[in-house]
Amino acid sequence: MTDFVAAVLLFVGSIFMLLAALGVLRMPDVLTRMQAASKAATLGVVCMFLALAVHFQELGVASRALLVIGFVFLTAPVAAHMLGRSALSLGVTLWPGTAREDLRGNQDTGASSAAPAGASGEIQDGPPGPRQSD
Amino acid sequence: MTPEASPLISWVSGLSLVLLGTGLLLTLIRLLRGPSLPDRVVALDLMSVLVVGLIAVHTLRSGHTVYLDAAIVLGLISFLGTVAFARYIAMRGGK
Repeated sequence: MTDFVAAVLLFVGSIFMLLAALGVLRMPDVLTRMQAASKAATLGVVCMFLALAVHFQELGVASRALLVIGFVFLTAPVAAHMLGRSALSLGVTLWPGTAREDLRGNQDTGASSAAPAGASGEIQDGPPGPRQSD
Repeated sequence: MTPEASPLISWVSGLSLVLLGTGLLLTLIRLLRGPSLPDRVVALDLMSVLVVGLIAVHTLRSGHTVYLDAAIVLGLISFLGTVAFARYIAMRGGK
């Protein structure tokens, strides 16, 4: 019985991870790729480590698996948030079907209110040093 | 101490090794041709998560539970790397 539960959890987790990789490959935009990667991969990690805890049935293994699960739940949204914010500040081209963009024209992120800057991948160059004040 | 892997477990874990390897290949394609720098960082982050999953499957197959510590450390390092990349992009590309 525990073998069956562990096998099902393992299979579901690896399917979720494969879907995350497929989303990262196929999604049209940085932000959509990011949501595919963070959410589906988090679910995959949770399922796989639950399978570990069910299979071994030891206190040490279960506590470490819970530690990994909690850690992934804490860190994946934080990393995705920081990466999405910096990608917007870089001025990447968004998918044409993007319905609303709340950070457009926000001074904090530096996303320009003009047309989304250039082709994707173009980094607005300039030294990060002190700006020349007029 | 190390329970013997039943045939069902060994079969399903082999299948999930194949699935995770396919996922690593797909992510590698995105890493190689991703048009902008954040695309590549997202792909790198997902690759580290996939490797954590591979470590979990290998722990299940081999029965040596010491590999779990490697999974914990790899998760920590990949989070720090992603945050460092995000800071770097924000410092370089922002106004």
